[in-house]
Amino acid sequence: MDQVGQRKIDGMWLTVVGIAVLFFLILPTLIVIPISFSGASFLEFPPKSFSLRWYEAYFSSPEWMSGTKTSLIAAVITTIIATPLGTLCAYGLHCSTPRVRNTLQILVIMPIVVPVILIAVGVFSLYAKLGLNYTLTGIIIAHTALALPFVIVTVMSGLQNYDFDQELAARSMGASRAVALWTITVPQVKFSIQTGAFLAFITSLDEVVISMMVSGGDNATITRRMFNSMRDHLDPTIAAISTCLIVVSVTALIGVQLIGRRKNIDK
Amino acid sequence: MSVTDIKDITQNPRNVKKLKAEERRESLTFLGLSMPAVLGILIIVFLPIFWLSSLSFYDAKGALSTENYARIFESALYKRTFVVTSQISITVTVICVLLGYPLCYWLTKMKDRTASILMIFVLVPFWTSILVRTYAWLVLLQRKGIINSSLVSLGIIDEPIQLAHNLTGSIIGMVHIMLPFLILPLYATMRGIDTDLVRAALGLGSTPRKAFWHVFFPMSLPGLFAGIVLVFILSLGFFVTPALLGGGRVQMLAQRIESTITIYSNWGAASALGVVLLLLAFVMIWLMNRVFGLDKLFMR
Repeated sequence: MDQVGQRKIDGMWLTVVGIAVLFFLILPTLIVIPISFSGASFLEFPPKSFSLRWYEAYFSSPEWMSGTKTSLIAAVITTIIATPLGTLCAYGLHCSTPRVRNTLQILVIMPIVVPVILIAVGVFSLYAKLGLNYTLTGIIIAHTALALPFVIVTVMSGLQNYDFDQELAARSMGASRAVALWTITVPQVKFSIQTGAFLAFITSLDEVVISMMVSGGDNATITRRMFNSMRDHLDPTIAAISTCLIVVSVTALIGVQLIGRRKNIDK
Repeated sequence: MSVTDIKDITQNPRNVKKLKAEERRESLTFLGLSMPAVLGILIIVFLPIFWLSSLSFYDAKGALSTENYARIFESALYKRTFVVTSQISITVTVICVLLGYPLCYWLTKMKDRTASILMIFVLVPFWTSILVRTYAWLVLLQRKGIINSSLVSLGIIDEPIQLAHNLTGSIIGMVHIMLPFLILPLYATMRGIDTDLVRAALGLGSTPRKAFWHVFFPMSLPGLFAGIVLVFILSLGFFVTPALLGGGRVQMLAQRIESTITIYSNWGAASALGVVLLLLAFVMIWLMNRVFGLDKLFMR
Protein backbone atom coordinates (compact mmCIF):
# COMPACT_ATOMS: atom_id res chain seq x y z
CA MET A 1 0.00 0.00 0.00
CA ASP A 2 1.31 3.49 -0.78
CA GLN A 3 2.03 5.93 2.01
CA VAL A 4 -0.85 8.30 1.32
CA GLY A 5 -3.39 5.45 1.44
CA GLN A 6 -1.87 4.14 4.65
CA ARG A 7 -2.05 7.61 6.16
CA LYS A 8 -5.70 7.96 5.24
CA ILE A 9 -6.57 4.65 6.87
CA ASP A 10 -4.61 5.58 10.00
CA GLY A 11 -6.40 8.93 10.13
CA MET A 12 -9.85 7.38 9.68
CA TRP A 13 -9.18 4.75 12.31
CA LEU A 14 -8.08 7.48 14.71
CA THR A 15 -11.18 9.59 14.02
CA VAL A 16 -13.53 6.64 14.59
CA VAL A 17 -11.87 5.71 17.88
CA GLY A 18 -11.72 9.34 19.00
CA ILE A 19 -15.41 9.97 18.38
CA ALA A 20 -16.40 6.64 19.93
CA VAL A 21 -14.44 7.40 23.12
CA LEU A 22 -15.94 10.89 23.39
CA PHE A 23 -19.45 9.41 23.14
CA PHE A 24 -18.55 6.71 25.63
CA LEU A 25 -17.62 9.50 28.04
CA ILE A 26 -20.52 11.89 27.53
CA LEU A 27 -23.59 9.71 26.82
CA PRO A 28 -23.78 7.81 30.13
CA THR A 29 -23.21 11.11 31.92
CA LEU A 30 -26.20 12.77 30.29
CA ILE A 31 -28.51 9.75 30.12
CA VAL A 32 -29.96 10.49 33.58
CA ILE A 33 -31.58 13.65 32.19
CA PRO A 34 -34.14 11.92 29.88
CA ILE A 35 -34.72 9.22 32.50
CA SER A 36 -35.59 11.85 35.09
CA PHE A 37 -38.49 13.12 32.93
CA SER A 38 -39.94 9.64 32.41
CA GLY A 39 -43.67 9.22 32.99
CA ALA A 40 -43.58 5.55 33.89
CA SER A 41 -43.92 4.37 37.47
CA PHE A 42 -40.80 2.22 37.09
CA LEU A 43 -37.40 2.83 35.58
CA GLU A 44 -37.40 2.69 31.80
CA PHE A 45 -34.98 3.85 29.16
CA PRO A 46 -35.67 5.20 26.65
CA PRO A 47 -38.75 6.71 28.31
CA LYS A 48 -42.06 6.30 26.45
CA SER A 49 -43.89 9.16 28.12
CA PHE A 50 -42.76 12.30 29.90
CA SER A 51 -43.74 13.84 33.21
CA LEU A 52 -42.32 15.69 36.19
CA ARG A 53 -43.43 13.01 38.65
CA TRP A 54 -39.87 12.16 39.76
CA TYR A 55 -39.05 15.78 40.46
CA GLU A 56 -42.26 15.93 42.46
CA ALA A 57 -41.20 12.79 44.33
CA TYR A 58 -37.83 14.41 45.05
CA PHE A 59 -39.08 17.81 46.17
CA SER A 60 -41.93 16.42 48.29
CA SER A 61 -39.82 13.89 50.18
CA PRO A 62 -38.67 15.14 53.61
CA GLU A 63 -35.71 12.70 53.57
CA TRP A 64 -34.37 13.84 50.20
CA MET A 65 -34.96 17.48 51.09
CA SER A 66 -33.15 17.15 54.41
CA GLY A 67 -30.22 15.48 52.63
CA THR A 68 -30.13 18.23 50.01
CA LYS A 69 -30.16 20.89 52.71
CA THR A 70 -27.32 19.22 54.64
CA SER A 71 -25.22 18.83 51.49
CA LEU A 72 -25.76 22.40 50.30
CA ILE A 73 -25.01 23.93 53.71
CA ALA A 74 -21.89 21.75 54.05
CA ALA A 75 -20.71 22.64 50.53
CA VAL A 76 -21.25 26.40 50.99
CA ILE A 77 -19.54 26.58 54.40
CA THR A 78 -16.70 24.32 53.20
CA THR A 79 -16.15 26.71 50.29
CA ILE A 80 -16.25 29.76 52.58
CA ILE A 81 -13.63 28.25 54.92
CA ALA A 82 -11.40 26.43 52.44
CA THR A 83 -11.04 29.25 49.89
CA PRO A 84 -9.36 31.89 52.11
CA LEU A 85 -7.35 29.32 54.09
CA GLY A 86 -6.16 27.65 50.91
CA THR A 87 -5.36 30.98 49.24
CA LEU A 88 -3.29 32.17 52.22
CA CYS A 89 -1.50 28.82 52.32
CA ALA A 90 -0.72 29.01 48.59
CA TYR A 91 0.59 32.57 49.00
CA GLY A 92 2.70 31.59 52.00
CA LEU A 93 4.15 28.56 50.21
CA HIS A 94 4.78 30.55 47.05
CA CYS A 95 6.90 33.09 48.96
CA SER A 96 8.72 30.54 51.13
CA THR A 97 12.20 29.19 50.48
CA PRO A 98 12.26 26.35 47.90
CA ARG A 99 13.03 23.74 50.55
CA VAL A 100 10.05 24.61 52.74
CA ARG A 101 7.85 24.98 49.69
CA ASN A 102 8.68 21.61 48.14
CA THR A 103 8.22 19.69 51.38
CA LEU A 104 4.94 21.29 52.39
CA GLN A 105 3.62 21.29 48.83
CA ILE A 106 3.81 17.51 48.57
CA LEU A 107 2.18 17.23 51.99
CA VAL A 108 -0.79 19.41 51.04
CA ILE A 109 -1.29 17.80 47.65
CA MET A 110 -1.16 14.27 49.00
CA PRO A 111 -4.80 14.04 50.22
CA ILE A 112 -5.86 14.18 46.56
CA VAL A 113 -4.16 10.85 45.87
CA VAL A 114 -4.43 9.10 49.25
CA PRO A 115 -7.29 6.55 48.99
CA VAL A 116 -10.42 8.27 50.35
CA ILE A 117 -11.54 5.16 52.20
CA LEU A 118 -8.47 5.51 54.48
CA ILE A 119 -9.23 9.18 55.16
CA ALA A 120 -12.86 8.23 55.83
CA VAL A 121 -12.02 5.45 58.30
CA GLY A 122 -9.45 7.70 60.00
CA VAL A 123 -11.82 10.63 60.33
CA PHE A 124 -14.52 8.28 61.62
CA SER A 125 -12.29 7.04 64.44
CA LEU A 126 -11.07 10.57 65.26
CA TYR A 127 -14.67 11.81 65.41
CA ALA A 128 -15.69 8.88 67.61
CA LYS A 129 -13.31 10.34 70.23
CA LEU A 130 -14.46 13.93 69.71
CA GLY A 131 -18.18 13.13 69.41
CA LEU A 132 -18.36 14.67 65.95
CA ASN A 133 -19.86 11.73 64.07
CA TYR A 134 -23.30 12.45 62.60
CA THR A 135 -22.87 16.22 63.08
CA LEU A 136 -22.88 18.92 60.43
CA THR A 137 -19.70 20.40 61.97
CA GLY A 138 -17.96 17.07 61.49
CA ILE A 139 -18.92 16.88 57.82
CA ILE A 140 -17.76 20.45 57.22
CA ILE A 141 -14.38 19.93 58.92
CA ALA A 142 -13.67 16.74 56.95
CA HIS A 143 -14.81 18.27 53.66
CA THR A 144 -12.68 21.36 54.28
CA ALA A 145 -9.57 19.21 54.76
CA LEU A 146 -10.43 17.40 51.54
CA ALA A 147 -11.13 20.60 49.58
CA LEU A 148 -8.05 22.58 50.76
CA PRO A 149 -5.55 20.79 48.46
CA PHE A 150 -7.60 21.73 45.39
CA VAL A 151 -7.71 25.41 46.38
CA ILE A 152 -3.98 25.45 47.22
CA VAL A 153 -2.98 23.79 43.95
CA THR A 154 -5.06 26.08 41.72
CA VAL A 155 -4.03 29.28 43.51
CA MET A 156 -0.36 28.28 43.48
CA SER A 157 -0.49 27.69 39.74
CA GLY A 158 -2.12 31.12 39.38
CA LEU A 159 0.64 32.73 41.45
CA GLN A 160 3.28 31.13 39.24
CA ASN A 161 1.99 33.09 36.26
CA TYR A 162 1.78 36.31 38.23
CA ASP A 163 4.59 38.84 38.11
CA PHE A 164 5.55 39.21 41.75
CA ASP A 165 7.48 42.43 41.17
CA GLN A 166 4.11 44.21 41.10
CA GLU A 167 3.67 43.48 44.78
CA LEU A 168 7.26 44.52 45.50
CA ALA A 169 6.60 47.77 43.65
CA ALA A 170 3.53 48.44 45.77
CA ARG A 171 5.50 47.76 48.94
CA SER A 172 8.44 49.90 47.93
CA MET A 173 5.96 52.74 47.57
CA GLY A 174 4.84 52.28 51.13
CA ALA A 175 2.05 49.71 51.08
CA SER A 176 2.17 47.19 53.90
CA ARG A 177 2.40 43.52 52.92
CA ALA A 178 -1.24 42.92 53.81
CA VAL A 179 -2.41 45.90 51.75
CA ALA A 180 -0.22 44.89 48.80
CA LEU A 181 -1.55 41.34 48.97
CA TRP A 182 -5.17 42.43 49.13
CA THR A 183 -5.14 45.25 46.58
CA ILE A 184 -2.49 44.10 44.10
CA THR A 185 -1.97 40.35 44.21
CA VAL A 186 -5.44 39.00 45.01
CA PRO A 187 -7.23 40.81 42.15
CA GLN A 188 -4.63 39.46 39.70
CA VAL A 189 -5.07 35.82 40.72
CA LYS A 190 -8.83 36.21 41.21
CA PHE A 191 -9.62 33.67 38.51
CA SER A 192 -7.50 30.99 40.18
CA ILE A 193 -9.14 31.70 43.52
CA GLN A 194 -12.58 31.43 41.94
CA THR A 195 -11.63 28.14 40.27
CA GLY A 196 -10.34 26.91 43.63
CA ALA A 197 -13.62 27.91 45.28
CA PHE A 198 -15.55 26.04 42.58
CA LEU A 199 -13.43 22.92 43.14
CA ALA A 200 -13.96 23.16 46.91
CA PHE A 201 -17.73 23.42 46.41
CA ILE A 202 -17.91 20.45 44.03
CA THR A 203 -15.56 18.36 46.19
CA SER A 204 -17.85 18.78 49.16
CA LEU A 205 -21.13 18.44 47.25
CA ASP A 206 -20.13 15.22 45.44
CA GLU A 207 -18.21 13.60 48.28
CA VAL A 208 -19.55 10.09 49.08
CA VAL A 209 -17.16 7.93 51.06
CA ILE A 210 -16.46 10.21 54.05
CA SER A 211 -20.12 11.24 54.19
CA MET A 212 -21.04 7.58 54.24
CA MET A 213 -18.92 7.00 57.35
CA VAL A 214 -19.40 10.21 59.36
CA SER A 215 -22.77 11.62 58.33
CA GLY A 216 -26.07 10.12 59.34
CA GLY A 217 -29.40 10.58 61.07
CA ASP A 218 -30.82 14.02 60.42
CA ASN A 219 -27.45 15.14 59.10
CA ALA A 220 -27.09 12.50 56.37
CA THR A 221 -25.89 14.12 53.16
CA ILE A 222 -27.71 13.64 49.88
CA THR A 223 -24.85 11.48 48.56
CA ARG A 224 -25.09 9.13 51.53
CA ARG A 225 -28.83 8.77 50.99
CA MET A 226 -28.32 8.23 47.25
CA PHE A 227 -25.66 5.59 47.87
CA ASN A 228 -27.86 3.65 50.27
CA SER A 229 -30.85 3.86 47.96
CA MET A 230 -28.78 2.65 44.99
CA ARG A 231 -27.60 -0.36 46.97
CA ASP A 232 -31.22 -1.53 47.28
CA HIS A 233 -32.94 -0.75 44.00
CA LEU A 234 -33.02 1.56 40.98
CA ASP A 235 -35.24 4.44 42.07
CA PRO A 236 -36.00 6.90 39.22
CA THR A 237 -36.05 9.69 41.84
CA ILE A 238 -32.24 9.38 41.82
CA ALA A 239 -32.30 10.39 38.14
CA ALA A 240 -34.15 13.59 39.06
CA ILE A 241 -31.65 14.31 41.87
CA SER A 242 -28.74 13.50 39.56
CA THR A 243 -30.06 15.92 36.95
CA CYS A 244 -30.20 18.65 39.60
CA LEU A 245 -26.62 17.83 40.66
CA ILE A 246 -25.43 18.03 37.04
CA VAL A 247 -27.20 21.37 36.60
CA VAL A 248 -25.51 22.73 39.74
CA SER A 249 -22.02 21.52 38.65
CA VAL A 250 -22.35 22.74 35.08
CA THR A 251 -23.78 26.11 36.16
CA ALA A 252 -20.88 26.61 38.57
CA LEU A 253 -18.36 25.55 35.92
CA ILE A 254 -19.83 27.87 33.28
CA GLY A 255 -19.95 30.66 35.86
CA VAL A 256 -16.25 30.33 36.58
CA GLN A 257 -15.41 30.13 32.86
CA LEU A 258 -17.48 33.23 32.07
CA ILE A 259 -15.85 35.26 34.82
CA GLY A 260 -12.47 34.10 33.52
CA ARG A 261 -13.31 35.06 29.95
CA ARG A 262 -14.53 38.50 30.99
CA LYS A 263 -11.23 39.02 32.76
CA ASN A 264 -9.37 38.16 29.56
CA ILE A 265 -11.44 40.60 27.52
CA ASP A 266 -10.75 43.34 30.06
CA LYS A 267 -7.07 42.89 29.37
CA MET B 1 22.91 54.73 43.62
CA SER B 2 25.55 52.72 41.90
CA VAL B 3 26.03 48.98 42.26
CA THR B 4 29.04 49.37 44.53
CA ASP B 5 27.05 51.64 46.86
CA ILE B 6 24.37 48.98 47.26
CA LYS B 7 27.06 46.39 47.90
CA ASP B 8 28.56 48.63 50.57
CA ILE B 9 25.22 48.96 52.28
CA THR B 10 24.14 45.32 52.12
CA GLN B 11 27.55 43.96 53.09
CA ASN B 12 28.07 46.24 56.01
CA PRO B 13 28.34 43.82 59.00
CA ARG B 14 25.69 45.69 60.98
CA ASN B 15 23.25 45.58 58.08
CA VAL B 16 24.03 41.97 57.27
CA LYS B 17 22.81 40.97 60.71
CA LYS B 18 19.66 43.05 60.39
CA LEU B 19 18.91 41.72 56.91
CA LYS B 20 19.30 38.14 58.11
CA ALA B 21 16.91 38.76 60.99
CA GLU B 22 14.46 40.43 58.62
CA GLU B 23 14.70 37.44 56.27
CA ARG B 24 14.02 35.01 59.07
CA ARG B 25 11.04 37.05 60.23
CA GLU B 26 9.69 37.10 56.67
CA SER B 27 9.97 33.36 56.19
CA LEU B 28 8.28 32.78 59.56
CA THR B 29 5.42 35.02 58.47
CA PHE B 30 4.99 33.01 55.28
CA LEU B 31 5.08 29.78 57.20
CA GLY B 32 2.48 31.24 59.55
CA LEU B 33 0.18 32.04 56.63
CA SER B 34 0.40 28.45 55.41
CA MET B 35 0.01 26.87 58.81
CA PRO B 36 -3.79 26.86 59.29
CA ALA B 37 -4.31 24.87 56.09
CA VAL B 38 -1.25 22.65 56.58
CA LEU B 39 -2.18 21.86 60.19
CA GLY B 40 -5.80 21.23 59.23
CA ILE B 41 -4.76 18.70 56.61
CA LEU B 42 -2.26 17.11 59.01
CA ILE B 43 -4.77 16.75 61.85
CA ILE B 44 -7.78 15.64 59.82
CA VAL B 45 -6.16 13.56 57.09
CA PHE B 46 -2.77 12.29 58.23
CA LEU B 47 -2.92 12.02 62.03
CA PRO B 48 -5.87 9.57 62.12
CA ILE B 49 -4.39 7.50 59.31
CA PHE B 50 -1.10 7.09 61.17
CA TRP B 51 -2.89 6.38 64.44
CA LEU B 52 -4.96 3.72 62.67
CA SER B 53 -1.84 2.26 61.10
CA SER B 54 -0.38 1.78 64.57
CA LEU B 55 -3.47 -0.24 65.55
CA SER B 56 -2.49 -2.88 63.01
CA PHE B 57 0.46 -3.93 65.19
CA TYR B 58 -1.72 -4.95 68.14
CA ASP B 59 -3.80 -8.10 68.50
CA ALA B 60 -7.34 -8.27 69.95
CA LYS B 61 -6.00 -8.37 73.53
CA GLY B 62 -3.89 -5.26 73.02
CA ALA B 63 -0.50 -6.96 72.93
CA LEU B 64 2.09 -6.16 70.27
CA SER B 65 1.91 -8.71 67.45
CA THR B 66 2.08 -9.20 63.73
CA GLU B 67 -1.05 -11.33 63.82
CA ASN B 68 -3.01 -8.93 61.61
CA TYR B 69 -0.40 -9.07 58.88
CA ALA B 70 0.02 -12.84 59.17
CA ARG B 71 -3.72 -13.14 58.57
CA ILE B 72 -3.52 -11.08 55.38
CA PHE B 73 -1.06 -13.57 53.93
CA GLU B 74 -2.77 -16.70 55.26
CA SER B 75 -6.48 -16.02 54.91
CA ALA B 76 -7.87 -17.11 51.55
CA LEU B 77 -10.48 -14.35 51.80
CA TYR B 78 -7.89 -11.56 52.03
CA LYS B 79 -5.70 -13.17 49.40
CA ARG B 80 -8.69 -13.22 47.07
CA THR B 81 -9.32 -9.53 47.82
CA PHE B 82 -5.77 -8.60 46.85
CA VAL B 83 -5.90 -10.67 43.67
CA VAL B 84 -9.27 -9.20 42.62
CA THR B 85 -8.14 -5.66 43.46
CA SER B 86 -4.96 -5.90 41.40
CA GLN B 87 -6.71 -7.66 38.52
CA ILE B 88 -9.39 -4.99 38.32
CA SER B 89 -6.93 -2.10 38.72
CA ILE B 90 -4.63 -3.43 36.00
CA THR B 91 -7.50 -4.19 33.61
CA VAL B 92 -9.02 -0.74 34.14
CA THR B 93 -5.65 0.97 33.62
CA VAL B 94 -4.93 -0.97 30.41
CA ILE B 95 -8.39 -0.24 28.94
CA CYS B 96 -8.01 3.46 29.88
CA VAL B 97 -4.69 3.62 28.00
CA LEU B 98 -6.14 1.87 24.95
CA LEU B 99 -9.09 4.30 24.84
CA GLY B 100 -7.38 7.44 26.11
CA TYR B 101 -4.18 7.49 24.07
CA PRO B 102 -5.81 7.47 20.61
CA LEU B 103 -8.32 10.09 21.77
CA CYS B 104 -5.60 12.44 23.04
CA TYR B 105 -3.53 11.92 19.88
CA TRP B 106 -6.57 12.67 17.74
CA LEU B 107 -7.30 15.84 19.74
CA THR B 108 -3.69 16.96 19.45
CA LYS B 109 -4.00 16.97 15.66
CA MET B 110 -6.94 19.41 15.81
CA LYS B 111 -6.95 23.17 15.92
CA ASP B 112 -6.77 24.54 19.47
CA ARG B 113 -10.32 25.86 19.32
CA THR B 114 -11.91 22.62 18.06
CA ALA B 115 -9.91 20.58 20.54
CA SER B 116 -10.95 22.72 23.50
CA ILE B 117 -14.60 22.40 22.48
CA LEU B 118 -14.23 18.62 22.21
CA MET B 119 -12.52 18.59 25.62
CA ILE B 120 -15.93 19.55 27.07
CA PHE B 121 -16.88 15.91 26.39
CA VAL B 122 -14.11 14.93 28.79
CA LEU B 123 -14.59 17.70 31.36
CA VAL B 124 -18.35 17.39 31.86
CA PRO B 125 -18.10 13.73 32.95
CA PHE B 126 -15.01 14.64 35.01
CA TRP B 127 -17.01 17.21 36.98
CA THR B 128 -20.12 15.07 37.29
CA SER B 129 -20.60 13.20 40.55
CA ILE B 130 -19.33 9.60 40.60
CA LEU B 131 -22.68 8.53 42.02
CA VAL B 132 -24.56 10.03 39.09
CA ARG B 133 -22.37 8.21 36.57
CA THR B 134 -22.53 4.93 38.47
CA TYR B 135 -26.32 5.21 38.56
CA ALA B 136 -26.34 5.75 34.79
CA TRP B 137 -24.33 2.57 34.28
CA LEU B 138 -26.63 0.63 36.59
CA VAL B 139 -29.51 1.71 34.36
CA LEU B 140 -27.68 1.02 31.08
CA LEU B 141 -26.31 -2.35 32.10
CA GLN B 142 -29.37 -3.82 33.82
CA ARG B 143 -30.96 -7.00 32.46
CA LYS B 144 -33.65 -5.18 30.51
CA GLY B 145 -31.40 -2.19 29.90
CA ILE B 146 -30.68 -0.56 26.57
CA ILE B 147 -27.33 -2.30 26.04
CA ASN B 148 -28.77 -5.78 26.53
CA SER B 149 -31.82 -5.07 24.36
CA SER B 150 -29.73 -3.62 21.52
CA LEU B 151 -27.30 -6.54 21.64
CA VAL B 152 -30.29 -8.91 21.42
CA SER B 153 -31.97 -7.04 18.56
CA LEU B 154 -28.66 -6.91 16.68
CA GLY B 155 -28.49 -10.67 17.04
CA ILE B 156 -25.14 -10.61 18.84
CA ILE B 157 -26.58 -12.44 21.83
CA ASP B 158 -29.72 -14.60 22.09
CA GLU B 159 -30.93 -13.48 25.48
CA PRO B 160 -29.94 -10.74 27.94
CA ILE B 161 -26.65 -11.36 29.71
CA GLN B 162 -25.65 -10.27 33.19
CA LEU B 163 -23.72 -7.03 32.80
CA ALA B 164 -24.27 -5.24 36.12
CA HIS B 165 -23.77 -6.58 39.65
CA ASN B 166 -20.61 -8.42 38.65
CA LEU B 167 -17.00 -7.95 37.57
CA THR B 168 -17.84 -6.79 34.03
CA GLY B 169 -20.12 -4.04 35.32
CA SER B 170 -17.53 -2.87 37.86
CA ILE B 171 -14.84 -2.65 35.20
CA ILE B 172 -17.01 -0.78 32.68
CA GLY B 173 -18.12 1.71 35.32
CA MET B 174 -14.60 2.20 36.65
CA VAL B 175 -13.14 2.78 33.18
CA HIS B 176 -15.74 5.49 32.65
CA ILE B 177 -14.82 7.21 35.95
CA MET B 178 -11.03 6.84 35.53
CA LEU B 179 -10.62 7.72 31.84
CA PRO B 180 -10.53 11.53 32.38
CA PHE B 181 -7.74 11.06 34.95
CA LEU B 182 -5.65 9.45 32.21
CA ILE B 183 -6.67 11.90 29.51
CA LEU B 184 -5.99 15.18 31.37
CA PRO B 185 -2.24 14.78 32.12
CA LEU B 186 -1.62 12.91 28.85
CA TYR B 187 -3.35 15.53 26.72
CA ALA B 188 -1.54 18.37 28.51
CA THR B 189 1.80 16.68 27.73
CA MET B 190 0.89 15.97 24.10
CA ARG B 191 -0.19 19.58 23.54
CA GLY B 192 3.24 20.67 24.72
CA ILE B 193 5.07 18.52 22.17
CA ASP B 194 6.65 20.48 19.35
CA THR B 195 5.02 18.96 16.24
CA ASP B 196 7.77 20.49 14.06
CA LEU B 197 9.97 17.63 15.29
CA VAL B 198 7.56 15.10 13.78
CA ARG B 199 7.46 17.13 10.58
CA ALA B 200 11.25 17.21 10.55
CA ALA B 201 11.34 13.40 10.81
CA LEU B 202 8.87 13.15 7.92
CA GLY B 203 10.90 15.63 5.89
CA LEU B 204 14.01 13.54 6.45
CA GLY B 205 12.26 10.55 4.88
CA SER B 206 10.70 8.77 7.84
CA THR B 207 7.35 7.03 7.34
CA PRO B 208 4.46 8.48 9.39
CA ARG B 209 4.37 5.36 11.56
CA LYS B 210 8.10 5.50 12.26
CA ALA B 211 7.88 9.22 12.99
CA PHE B 212 5.09 8.53 15.46
CA TRP B 213 6.83 5.70 17.31
CA HIS B 214 10.34 7.18 17.31
CA VAL B 215 9.58 10.87 17.78
CA PHE B 216 6.10 11.60 19.09
CA PHE B 217 5.45 8.58 21.31
CA PRO B 218 8.64 8.87 23.44
CA MET B 219 7.88 12.54 24.11
CA SER B 220 4.34 11.72 25.26
CA LEU B 221 5.59 9.14 27.78
CA PRO B 222 5.82 11.39 30.88
CA GLY B 223 2.15 12.34 30.56
CA LEU B 224 1.15 8.77 29.80
CA PHE B 225 3.05 7.55 32.83
CA ALA B 226 1.46 10.17 35.11
CA GLY B 227 -1.99 9.17 33.85
CA ILE B 228 -1.31 5.46 34.32
CA VAL B 229 -0.07 5.92 37.88
CA LEU B 230 -2.99 8.20 38.75
CA VAL B 231 -5.58 5.77 37.36
CA PHE B 232 -3.88 2.81 39.04
CA ILE B 233 -3.70 4.46 42.51
CA LEU B 234 -7.29 5.66 42.36
CA SER B 235 -8.46 2.22 41.17
CA LEU B 236 -6.63 0.42 43.99
CA GLY B 237 -8.53 2.36 46.63
CA PHE B 238 -11.79 2.85 44.75
CA PHE B 239 -14.94 2.26 46.73
CA VAL B 240 -18.17 3.67 45.32
CA THR B 241 -18.46 2.20 41.83
CA PRO B 242 -17.34 -1.39 42.56
CA ALA B 243 -19.55 -1.39 45.67
CA LEU B 244 -22.61 -0.46 43.60
CA LEU B 245 -21.90 -2.03 40.20
CA GLY B 246 -20.29 -5.13 41.72
CA GLY B 247 -23.51 -5.89 43.59
CA GLY B 248 -21.64 -7.48 46.49
CA ARG B 249 -20.00 -10.06 44.22
CA VAL B 250 -16.88 -7.97 43.68
CA GLN B 251 -14.92 -7.25 46.86
CA MET B 252 -12.08 -4.81 46.33
CA LEU B 253 -9.67 -3.68 49.03
CA ALA B 254 -11.61 -0.54 49.96
CA GLN B 255 -14.87 -2.45 50.41
CA ARG B 256 -13.10 -5.10 52.48
CA ILE B 257 -11.73 -2.38 54.77
CA GLU B 258 -15.16 -0.78 55.11
CA SER B 259 -16.98 -4.05 55.85
CA THR B 260 -14.27 -5.21 58.27
CA ILE B 261 -14.99 -2.09 60.32
CA THR B 262 -18.71 -1.48 59.93
CA ILE B 263 -19.81 -5.14 60.04
CA TYR B 264 -17.11 -6.92 62.06
CA SER B 265 -15.66 -3.96 64.03
CA ASN B 266 -12.25 -5.56 63.60
CA TRP B 267 -10.05 -2.45 63.64
CA GLY B 268 -6.77 -4.35 63.79
CA ALA B 269 -7.49 -6.36 60.64
CA ALA B 270 -8.91 -3.35 58.80
CA SER B 271 -5.94 -1.16 59.63
CA ALA B 272 -3.48 -3.82 58.45
CA LEU B 273 -5.31 -3.84 55.11
CA GLY B 274 -5.23 -0.05 55.21
CA VAL B 275 -1.46 0.01 55.79
CA VAL B 276 -0.92 -2.22 52.76
CA LEU B 277 -3.13 0.03 50.63
CA LEU B 278 -1.34 3.11 51.96
CA LEU B 279 2.10 1.67 51.23
CA LEU B 280 1.05 0.78 47.68
CA ALA B 281 -0.29 4.32 47.22
CA PHE B 282 2.87 5.91 48.66
CA VAL B 283 5.13 3.91 46.36
CA MET B 284 3.02 5.02 43.40
CA ILE B 285 2.97 8.66 44.53
CA TRP B 286 6.74 8.60 45.03
CA LEU B 287 7.25 7.12 41.57
CA MET B 288 4.99 9.71 40.00
CA ASN B 289 6.69 12.53 41.85
CA ARG B 290 10.06 11.31 40.53
CA VAL B 291 8.95 11.09 36.92
CA PHE B 292 6.38 13.83 36.49
CA GLY B 293 6.33 16.06 39.56
CA LEU B 294 3.17 15.84 41.64
CA ASP B 295 2.61 19.59 41.46
CA LYS B 296 2.76 19.73 37.66
CA LEU B 297 0.07 17.10 37.41
CA PHE B 298 -2.63 19.48 38.54
CA MET B 299 -1.33 22.68 37.02
CA ARG B 300 -2.40 23.79 33.64
